[in-house]
Amino acid sequence: MSEHAEHAVDHTQEHPGYGLFIKVWIALLILTGCLVGVSHLGQTAAVWGLLTLTPLKAGLVFYYFMHLKYEGPLFKIVVLVTLGTLLIFFALLFSDVAFR
Amino acid sequence: MSSTHASTAQPSYLVDTGARQGLMAWLTSTDHKRVGLLYLYSMVSFFFVGAIIGLVMRLVQLTTFEKLITAQTYNALFTLHGVIMIFLFVIPGLPAVFGNFFLPILIGAKDVAFPRLNLASWYFYMAGAILAVLALFTGGGAPDTGWTFYAPFSLKTGTNVSLAVFAAFILGFSSMLTGINFITTIHRMRAPGMSWFRMPLMVWAIYSTAWIQLLATPIVAITLVLVILERFFGIGIFDPAKGGDPLLYQHLFWIYSHPAVYIMILPAMGAISEIIPTFAKRTIFGYKAIAFSSMSIAGVGSLVWAHHMFTSGMSNLAQLVFSLLTMIVAVPSAIKVFNWVSTLYKGSIDFQPPLFFALSFIFLFCIGGLTGVMQGALAINVHIHDTYFIVGHFHYVMFGGTGFAFFAALLYWFPKMFGKMYSKKAIYASWYPMFIGFNMLYFGMLILGMMGMPRRYYVHLPQYHTLHVVATVGSWLLVLGLLMFFGALLYAIFKGEKAEDNPWGGVTLEWTIPSPPPLENFEEIPIVTRGPYHFEPQAKS
Repeated sequence: MSEHAEHAVDHTQEHPGYGLFIKVWIALLILTGCLVGVSHLGQTAAVWGLLTLTPLKAGLVFYYFMHLKYEGPLFKIVVLVTLGTLLIFFALLFSDVAFR
Repeated sequence: MSSTHASTAQPSYLVDTGARQGLMAWLTSTDHKRVGLLYLYSMVSFFFVGAIIGLVMRLVQLTTFEKLITAQTYNALFTLHGVIMIFLFVIPGLPAVFGNFFLPILIGAKDVAFPRLNLASWYFYMAGAILAVLALFTGGGAPDTGWTFYAPFSLKTGTNVSLAVFAAFILGFSSMLTGINFITTIHRMRAPGMSWFRMPLMVWAIYSTAWIQLLATPIVAITLVLVILERFFGIGIFDPAKGGDPLLYQHLFWIYSHPAVYIMILPAMGAISEIIPTFAKRTIFGYKAIAFSSMSIAGVGSLVWAHHMFTSGMSNLAQLVFSLLTMIVAVPSAIKVFNWVSTLYKGSIDFQPPLFFALSFIFLFCIGGLTGVMQGALAINVHIHDTYFIVGHFHYVMFGGTGFAFFAALLYWFPKMFGKMYSKKAIYASWYPMFIGFNMLYFGMLILGMMGMPRRYYVHLPQYHTLHVVATVGSWLLVLGLLMFFGALLYAIFKGEKAEDNPWGGVTLEWTIPSPPPLENFEEIPIVTRGPYHFEPQAKS
């Protein structure tokens, strides 16, 4: 129980405040705007925009809104393993789609 | 294995119902053993429904019964047979029944990490099952797509695909929640002294399976939602006219559904790894190799999905990559078979019904596995794709493999679960029609497939008729064997002799507690001091 309490204290101390969250939110809005803009430049640009900007947006959400930044290394490794698995799936899918 | 001793101080979980009585004591119980039995009863019921449908499909291939059902009904029946057997029997399969019942006991815990979530998983399972049944009688009638719900047909057919895929979506939640529960239980609730390499191999198998359940199931869940969105709103993700790709459906479906094959078979392999050392009376050969092979099957098995799509028109590069990966996944499976056989070598073999069925599993799984490797080769795959060969291979792995391992596990743990012993003679008697009928049915299908008989056809050409008759007679023998098998177990539950606490001389933790186990399994949490398969050397006579 006391461990939980200590954790709770740690989290409170590390809480960054709403200012940072608002900055991240504004960054997400800007990135969304960029995505919409890129989608008007043709399909290739839209796909590459999606492939690069969307993970960036997801990363910001994971890191700040979902508090990954304040977690221990185990959680970060688990998230990286999951993302790694997803990347492998993408690579294998591209072995079909890109060479069909 | 530990310092714990059998104790009869607490009443058994079958007697100790808590505050509620009768049916409510079962429907509201969060005891992992009762939840395991809820799964057992519901799954065996669905299994028999699926088996009867299979029997009807075989009957149609005989001249006498060729007008028994219409072609449209036949399409609905093979879809229903697949959905019931796969989503309601083999996928929940061994983890739902034996994982729930024995995982906490095998690691020296009193229950799973989240008992209420565990009961909720069963309710998700039942809700999915009820929706799947409702899909037969509502909307445009029973789905006729096959259990794979391939686009674009599943997007265009007028049958009730939407409700059926929603049912599968709900069933997916049951699977994911069970996976989370088991992973947490294994990480957090092992008894003192039970390090990772002191865990029984069944626990390793359940652990590997749980990761697949957790990582792969969401993919099919989202895919099935996309099918519903496509049917209702025409979003175009699988429609080439709107920039979509119908092959994407196959990719997404098999990214889950091939690893799902390992969800089905890994726990079965875990049960076999428990049975073999118990009846060979010696430690298992290559413990770590078996443990790591479970993890590697889970890992590599997640990367081979497109071998189901070699004839779909996907790229040549992808065909090569997936063919190679498919060959690689055979290696850890072969390691397991080698180690089981090596465990038997120079063991003091005690031939009992669970071992009998476990050996049948090895034999049938080898046929299933080797025919799978054949299909991994591109040239052969093109010849046998969508033929009865695939149906035969699949049933050798899923029924000859998972099914026979399920029966072996049931025979092994039945005395512990119910505190009763079955008639061994009746079980042996059931094996003969079951085994002979099985091979007539499915080996017949392998040959039919090589001859060119396509799967999912309502009628067949005259040159295939003789083997169809052989397969159909085999299906009768198989069902007869199944009825004898489950009849013997049902009789034992009500009228069987009282079982000993450790009838097989097992050394894992479940054999240190009374049969049936008390509500909280252990009077005191055991302290584990050695590995799981430590048999004391016997004096030479």
